[in-house]
Amino acid sequence: MMAKLNDKPLLSARNLGKHYGQRLGCRDVNFDLYEGEVLAVVGESGSGKSTLLSLLATELPPTAGAVNYRMRDGETRNLFDLTEAERRFLLRTDWGFVRQDARDGLRMGVSAGGNVGERLMAVGGRHYGRIRDTASDWLNRVEIEPERIDDLPKSFSGGMRQRLQIARNLVTHPRLVFMDEPTSSLDVSVQARLLDLIRGLVSELGLAVIIVTHDLAVARLLSHRIMVMRQGRVIETGLTDQVLDDPREAYTQLLVSSVLAA
Amino acid sequence: MSAVAAPQASGYNFAYLDEQTKRMIRRAILKGIAIPGYQVPFSSREMPMPYGWGTGGVQVTAAIIGPDDVLKVIDQGSDDTTNAVSIRKFFAKTAGVATTTETKDATIIQTRHRIPERQLTEKQTIVFQVPIPEPLRFLEPRETETRKLHALADYGLMHVKLYEDISRHGHIATTYDYPVEVADRYVMNPSPTPKFDNPKMHMSPALQLFGAGREKRIYAVPPFTKVRSLDFEDHPFEVQKFDKPCALCAATNVYLDEVVLDDRGGRMFVCSDSDYCEERRADGHRGELSGEAPHLVGGAA
Repeated sequence: MMAKLNDKPLLSARNLGKHYGQRLGCRDVNFDLYEGEVLAVVGESGSGKSTLLSLLATELPPTAGAVNYRMRDGETRNLFDLTEAERRFLLRTDWGFVRQDARDGLRMGVSAGGNVGERLMAVGGRHYGRIRDTASDWLNRVEIEPERIDDLPKSFSGGMRQRLQIARNLVTHPRLVFMDEPTSSLDVSVQARLLDLIRGLVSELGLAVIIVTHDLAVARLLSHRIMVMRQGRVIETGLTDQVLDDPREAYTQLLVSSVLAA
Repeated sequence: MSAVAAPQASGYNFAYLDEQTKRMIRRAILKGIAIPGYQVPFSSREMPMPYGWGTGGVQVTAAIIGPDDVLKVIDQGSDDTTNAVSIRKFFAKTAGVATTTETKDATIIQTRHRIPERQLTEKQTIVFQVPIPEPLRFLEPRETETRKLHALADYGLMHVKLYEDISRHGHIATTYDYPVEVADRYVMNPSPTPKFDNPKMHMSPALQLFGAGREKRIYAVPPFTKVRSLDFEDHPFEVQKFDKPCALCAATNVYLDEVVLDDRGGRMFVCSDSDYCEERRADGHRGELSGEAPHLVGGAA
């Protein structure tokens, strides 16, 4: 089932930039993201990918530019003009953030069910039975046996933790999910399963995703479009296959050729 | 103890604290009353007792007490435990005020762990000693973040705790310091009173003040304010229930303490509120063990 998509951009970055004092985080970032679209941001470490993601997720204030976001009511607003309360509400309803280290994205001392249910309770869910049913349904969807609903994430494997993180983020049916290297701490076979799962959920729910990765294979598998960053600037953008098969910039060529059998 | 005013000890200001300090505390109290359930920071003073012994409560009491007040101090419902006795003596000495053990005679009741069984009145103020004022403390370690959560009324986390209770124990296993929502806004720790006392806070005619000395916070529930214990629709809030009435005064619907009688498993359950129990016994109520209890606690033997 494909969700119904809107033809106006969901999120657009305009001349977005961040300086840490004298040092450059990223600058002059411009792009539009549409509903149901997966955008990969690739580049070596230190290229400004993570800074960009933090800016987009409003975790960092920018030093230049704006990020416009089309809210659920259809109104487009600059994210940095929102009040703290509005931003937090957005973060736990309309957005998801899947972290590289599951320990940053999960409450490790709270059971799997509590982790998935937290967002439901944050938006006013006050019926234990229904919260639990929804949680167990989502565990099922991310291939965690529902019997493990009361287990702590501590007892979960790395792959399970990442899947739990995904369930926790998707339970409120967000429209936009940020992913920061979601697979890089996993071994190859687990990575493949997780990517498969993410790809399935993305197309099923019509999610827009911004995924930061240094792994070009992940970008190729998941994303429609790709943005290559270097030294804080976007040096190349385009359709993923196009950029990866026929890179224009010298640096992108280097990046593509440095991957073992990508 | 009878309500006889003792002469004030020399060398101290009335009620120990200097007037400027009292003024600062009163300001915090007024702000607390104006914003029910909000934790107001105040510059807590060193008191002649260790943290954890009621330094917050003592400072609040010292700031509001006047020469005409009658003070009652309870610790775990009882008037005769160390903490209660020494705080009562402290104010008898430094303020020369009358003290009492009878709830009905007191104008200020400082308490640790209980709210008296007898319904409080508009003329009374109850002062709670609070060890940890922050209800989100063990859920979110960052104080900057918990303040933000309060400011935004972002209390989903509180329910995560209750969810965890039910998923582990099958019911909400929090029995004391049970979080409440005050006046439809702030979530508040009622101090470590048993949840049995939570309903007494709701629409209470008495002013309720909370002082946390170590944590330097004061908060308040004004008279006739809504106080709702947090719960789930399908797991509603419930207070503790006891199978038997009090063994000494046969009271039901009161909070009972377990008292071990011997080393062969003998035990009895008696009112935790010692004044309430005494009053009932004076009125002729008799529990099943009152015949065997020593005369000192109101029995026949």
